[in-house]
Amino acid sequence: MAHDETQATNPDHAHPHPTWATYKWVALWLTLITVGEVWAYYIPAFVASKAFVPILVTMSAVKFAIVVMFYMHLKYDHKLFRALFTGPLLVAMATLVALLFLFAKLGASV
Amino acid sequence: MTTHAEAAHGHHYTTTGLDHRKIAIWAFIGSECMLFASLISTYLVYKGRSLVGPLPHTAGTNAAGQPTVPILDIPVTSASTFVLLMSSLAMVLALAAVQNKDKPVPADAGAWTKALASSKLWLWMTCILGATFLGFQAYEFTSFVHEGLTIKTNLFGSTFFTLTGFHGAHVTAGVIWLGTLLAIDYKRGLGPKDAINVDIAALYWHFVDVIWIAIFTLIYLIPD
Repeated sequence: MAHDETQATNPDHAHPHPTWATYKWVALWLTLITVGEVWAYYIPAFVASKAFVPILVTMSAVKFAIVVMFYMHLKYDHKLFRALFTGPLLVAMATLVALLFLFAKLGASV
Repeated sequence: MTTHAEAAHGHHYTTTGLDHRKIAIWAFIGSECMLFASLISTYLVYKGRSLVGPLPHTAGTNAAGQPTVPILDIPVTSASTFVLLMSSLAMVLALAAVQNKDKPVPADAGAWTKALASSKLWLWMTCILGATFLGFQAYEFTSFVHEGLTIKTNLFGSTFFTLTGFHGAHVTAGVIWLGTLLAIDYKRGLGPKDAINVDIAALYWHFVDVIWIAIFTLIYLIPD
């Protein structure tokens, strides 16, 4: 089957969606990052270090972004969809961070 | 508003030129981000403030003064995380198969090429992987209750079961949704004209996946 780029004429898609060739690499990267996260969890010296939480959160954010960009096609779809997702996501993240400051979860280390 | 495109192809485009169903699902996903952010915030605010065990990452004592062990089972949850990530791969392949249904598969095509063209195969895979994730969650919840952790035991139990329970309910809804698509595929076959319906279900499914990505790191991997 020609699993070529599809829906080029669909107005919902600003650019054609990726193919199996891209999806398999996305899956591989997601798996590798997850393995890296779990591996890091089992290194006590690293868990005790100050770098552990920022690195783990960054790895998680990268996985989040990869799924959203490639599997949810936000990289390829119309910019209005991007705005509909990133707007509330930023509000949600700002609320989360504000609550953590408010309840002194971040205040001591920042 | 009915447009030329709608009349010609049965699509429901808005004045933006975009399908209103897709705009709606993205707006819904945006609102769901805020729902899960509130649940994750609550978990993080109460993290480490439980007075009695069982606790997520450390040993403790329960209300009766008996010792408790760290309750989170990282290997099991890592496996369930991998299952959910692979379900997202199966879902994008299901969508691609539906979008390309009208493109004939060459008679001499290999088994993998034929497999990629089968929307039923990838919808089944997604459903099975989603159900497997739910099985892992049921096992986890059951073992926690046996260890003495319920939603009423301590702050960790209340916030953990609420957060992961909401996520599990979303996965359950996703599996049911995919099941209905599978039933339609068996009844009359899904084709390019149905791609938008599969696309919307896929967006919901991937959203459930990205929420788990956040939960896995923040709740399971980062200790108190």
